[in-house]
Amino acid sequence: MDKIEKIKYLIIGNSAGGIGAVEAIREADKTGTITVVSDEPFPVYSRPLISDFLAGKRTIDQLNYRAIDFYEQNDIKTIFGNRVTELNLDDNIVLLESGQKLAWDKLLLATGGTPIVPPMEGREAGGVFTFTTLADAIAIDDYIRQKPDANAVVIGGGLIGVSVTESLLKRRVKVTIIEMKERILNVILDNKTSYMEHKAVKDCGADIITGHTVSKINSNTHGEVYGVTLDNGDVISCGMVIIAIGVRPRLELVNNTDIKVNRGIAVDKHMQTSVPGIYACGDVAEAFDFIYGENRLTPVWPNAYLGGRTAGLNMAGKATDYPGGTNINSMKYFGIYIVSAGTISAPDKSYQELIAEHNDVYKKLILKDGLVTGMIFSGEVDRAGIIYNLMKDRVNVESFKQSLISDDMGLLSLPETVWRNRLATVPPVNGVDCAVS
Amino acid sequence: MRKIYIKEEVCIGCGLCEVYCQLQHASVHDLIKAFKKRGPRPLARARVEAKGNISFSVRCRNCEEPQCVYACLTGAITRDIETGMITVDEEKCIGCCTCMLVCPLGAIKQDKEHKKMIKCDFCQGEETPACVANCPNEALYCAECDSVNKEVPAKSPSPF
Repeated sequence: MDKIEKIKYLIIGNSAGGIGAVEAIREADKTGTITVVSDEPFPVYSRPLISDFLAGKRTIDQLNYRAIDFYEQNDIKTIFGNRVTELNLDDNIVLLESGQKLAWDKLLLATGGTPIVPPMEGREAGGVFTFTTLADAIAIDDYIRQKPDANAVVIGGGLIGVSVTESLLKRRVKVTIIEMKERILNVILDNKTSYMEHKAVKDCGADIITGHTVSKINSNTHGEVYGVTLDNGDVISCGMVIIAIGVRPRLELVNNTDIKVNRGIAVDKHMQTSVPGIYACGDVAEAFDFIYGENRLTPVWPNAYLGGRTAGLNMAGKATDYPGGTNINSMKYFGIYIVSAGTISAPDKSYQELIAEHNDVYKKLILKDGLVTGMIFSGEVDRAGIIYNLMKDRVNVESFKQSLISDDMGLLSLPETVWRNRLATVPPVNGVDCAVS
Repeated sequence: MRKIYIKEEVCIGCGLCEVYCQLQHASVHDLIKAFKKRGPRPLARARVEAKGNISFSVRCRNCEEPQCVYACLTGAITRDIETGMITVDEEKCIGCCTCMLVCPLGAIKQDKEHKKMIKCDFCQGEETPACVANCPNEALYCAECDSVNKEVPAKSPSPF
């Protein structure tokens, strides 16, 4: 048997989580060998920017998340465009599609999410796409170049669906969004802000059909899409379909292994899986959500990086707890700026909503037992982080909650102990100034 | 690294730090021209907060664990290894405000005109940034701290 190369830190996945990990590892360990494996052929790119590529606003080179010499500078070996097909937990070995085998000392599973594609008829037809990778964006771009007159049906009015709609409209493609629920962006926005986006999308020329699903994608004898049939029998003709229902954890490597899986890979506060030495982060992992007080899937970029960073530090021997994350989103579709975090509407009567609204400004907090569990800011989003960190630090805001939605909200809206802590200032002691930072 | 520190107990909230920050980041270094004659006023990277007798000047403090760097969707926000400063690459920034949502100080601001995020840049390598140089009460001062990871200056400032 050939000698199998042993790698100190083997990272599967080359996006936010994987990069968060390798940057943390290099802070703690300058020399330990690192290899990053990814089935994507590109150096790390900003996944949210694929919409700017499709819109024609950025070239592929302009999507780079890190400098082009990032891997070289950090002494990281890369194996791109090659998929891991098997984990062997008995011998700590992975098998790659190319037949190559790699042995690890510490392993990180940052395999991300995979688009949800329901088993509907016609999903294999030409002109049917998903939209989560740069390869997807390139494929859609090529298709539009070949068929500039093709209309699009976007299945799903969530972040991915609205994002691809904005890009397609910029390419002068006519779009119809089909959303199963009663309103678009229903997971991350409340009724009010969702309607604002709905109106903005419509004003830009797209159609939105809510409360319906696509039951079938219609294709001709050449296997090319020509329309969709809705659950009520309505038929919409189109030349392309983008399936943007959401993503689910990409679990094929860990299914049928000893690694514990719930909806995603279960991890502890160090982002370690149930198998010692194997870590997971990002869209594939269920990490701690400080709003719900339990581990959940929160498939957003910032949490992936932070989870990766935590995993990396622990893999390199620096015991560090994951600070926790929650569902956070910041969007600027069609020129409307909205940030949201946590619970977006009061789930029941034990929650309270505080709302301030004037001109184009909309600020809403959701509270339970004096704690902020959710926030939505629109129009004026400056200083929103002051509140997000109250959520994260679980600060009881009961006595000053009203000031948090006022126009002049700032650090001084918070109790003195909290703002001093944020500024890390120390009050003067015995007349001698020791106020710092 | 060199950092800006505040002495909140001698800050009277006059706002000159904001004014000189705006001037420093204007296309002309003349107050009247910058504020009155050349289009929209430049944006300040510092913010004065005041309530009753308490006031202080807030700006990015280049946190030990910079949440903005970790959250940035495009890789625009990074820490400069040489200076320890957190910087925004304007080419990469898409102005999405994710950094603003995680900053505990509210120190990152949205430049709506250019659709970019802006923050204190230490006046682009000046020995003494404009806010510090023009604070009439020495409520702002610069000091070296041992490393990025220390939030206290290496040498304590002289007592007032």
